[in-house]
Amino acid sequence: MSRPAQTEKFQNPVVQWIDERLPIFTMLIKEYGVFPMPKNANYLWSFGGISLTMLIIMTVTGVVLAMSYVPHTEMAFDSVERIMRDVNYGWLLRYVHMNGASFFFIAVYIHIMRGLYFGSYKKPRELLWIVGVVIFLLMMATAFMGYALPWSQMSGWGVTVITSLFAKFPLVGDGIVTWLWGGFSVDNPTLNRFFALHFLMPFVILGVVFIHVWALHVTGSNNPAGVEPKSEKDTLPFHPYFTSKDGFALVAFLTVFLATVFFAPLALTEYDHFKAYDSMVTPPHIVPEWYFLPFYAILKSFVYDFTVTLSLLAMAGLLAAFPAAYVYFKKDVQKRNLAFKGVGALLGLLVLVTLLALVTANLEEPSLAAYLKVVIVPAALQGVLAMFGSILLLMVLPWLDTSPVKSARYRPVYKKCLLLLLISFIVLGYAGAQLPEGWPVIAGQVATIYYFAHFLVIVPYLSRKEKTLPVPNSIHEDPRCASKGK
Amino acid sequence: MDSTKKHQADGETRRDFLYLTAGAMGAVAAGTAVWPLVDSMNPAADTLALASTEVNVGSVEAGQTITVVWRGKPVFVHRRSAAEISEVRAEAWQELRDPQSDQSRVKSGHDEWLVLLGVCTHLGCIPMGSKVTDVKGDYNGWFCPCHGSHYDKSGRIRKGPAPTNLAVPPYEFISDTLIRIG
Repeated sequence: MSRPAQTEKFQNPVVQWIDERLPIFTMLIKEYGVFPMPKNANYLWSFGGISLTMLIIMTVTGVVLAMSYVPHTEMAFDSVERIMRDVNYGWLLRYVHMNGASFFFIAVYIHIMRGLYFGSYKKPRELLWIVGVVIFLLMMATAFMGYALPWSQMSGWGVTVITSLFAKFPLVGDGIVTWLWGGFSVDNPTLNRFFALHFLMPFVILGVVFIHVWALHVTGSNNPAGVEPKSEKDTLPFHPYFTSKDGFALVAFLTVFLATVFFAPLALTEYDHFKAYDSMVTPPHIVPEWYFLPFYAILKSFVYDFTVTLSLLAMAGLLAAFPAAYVYFKKDVQKRNLAFKGVGALLGLLVLVTLLALVTANLEEPSLAAYLKVVIVPAALQGVLAMFGSILLLMVLPWLDTSPVKSARYRPVYKKCLLLLLISFIVLGYAGAQLPEGWPVIAGQVATIYYFAHFLVIVPYLSRKEKTLPVPNSIHEDPRCASKGK
Repeated sequence: MDSTKKHQADGETRRDFLYLTAGAMGAVAAGTAVWPLVDSMNPAADTLALASTEVNVGSVEAGQTITVVWRGKPVFVHRRSAAEISEVRAEAWQELRDPQSDQSRVKSGHDEWLVLLGVCTHLGCIPMGSKVTDVKGDYNGWFCPCHGSHYDKSGRIRKGPAPTNLAVPPYEFISDTLIRIG
């Protein structure tokens, strides 16, 4: 036989009959029974399974909620209130779904942070990591559309603010926003399509999660030591060692989740979520859900327009870079030419966008002063690009961090920088919830600068210069591995 | 035979050409098939039919503002007194953040009428100032409560985070008291 033969023999004749025709039981045993897990994997490795459980909880409650929900501007808010008051266990389903989104994000944020700390994005897991970032993006889109469905003040105005971001793109912006809305304001067509897409997205996510898990089962799990398992001494079978460990972690996580559902179901919600949407009255302070706040803060951190004046200054700086590169790369002609090309391309781009802005500027009284004030890239567009960029940056992380040492345990400086990144992320979350004035803006700007500097400057620099600690030879020789020898 | 051999020497064959043309036709077909799906998400005919609104402003007194709904968004129609007009026109508009003269923001001959899209250019909130009891901000025009943008009596941004002046929607005077917006 050319195909991989079925390896297991099952006692149960029915199971055996099925397995000979569709080796699903063989697959389950291979991937979830005897599958070798690094034996030092700690509880942080449970958050992948916890995330998957949350996805399933969200999908199941969501499908049942959809049976009582009406996606129409006139009835949506009332239908949600009917779910809360009249539908059997509707209050439970809705609170599980509502808080479930928050806990799904908690699990995924821990899962991502685990990956950053132990270098799980590095070779050979780059693609596994990238697929993970795609899942994160899909989750954000799904959560955003779900937030619109109760058609509350926060729903309608949140959607207005976030979809309006696309209007900041030059030329095509307004067309994109009208297309997203299906009209000229956030209205019934918008609600309808958001409901359709919110229903569809979990199944798309489930598909991408399947690819994520597939890729994981090709490379195997990373572990706290960051060295690949070398022999059987380094691993334990998934069942019963990690089914029980993950099971315990899951029960602990669900206990906290359900305690929130039953005792503080509104702790993570804004009160404006309980007023029906009114397109003529804006709530005084529009904020997204907590899990979007850091990215919202990055968006709000950009407050200076890029004008013709600034562009001319930047051009002067780039012109000065030519002689500087000439002197700096005096010995290496190849590098010098590369530097010249890079600076030249930037300069060309700058000249192009500046000319474009000047030509399209519609000035009432053209004068030199008026031309110097023409805005090339408005602050809001910078914010939009930075917000999307902050997530897309994660996709190229495997190539920004080229250090051969995976685990931050053996990277003393990287470990501290990662802590700073976590702190900036929390500061951004705080700044995102505040009115954009006074010191929270400054704090947000500092944290934004650190966020980008961490990935674009610090991580590439440390990859080359950091003095790492000695890495254990293998997992079972790691003094920190609890069950030595075996 | 000769030409076939020559092409094969270049690594190009008739088959490559067929692949390319078939691929190009396939791409055109795919695009044609996808376009109806994409375009179905654009505003439908009934939504477009509501794209213009007629407003009778005959009963609006000087100093008064009415709010009308156009395309699901509020439009402020403000009738200004002569004093208000001369006040906003006396200022040096060239120095403003979004330099525009008051004259360019109204229809000449109907200078007392200011028609504005009531959507803050910062993040899309609805500014206050249209009702008598509203806070009107430091420039006695409109004030956005979300993030504190102050607009003057011409709807121009004077203070706060908003990048541009309140937009003027397309409109025309059908008669002296009837405006068609859109």
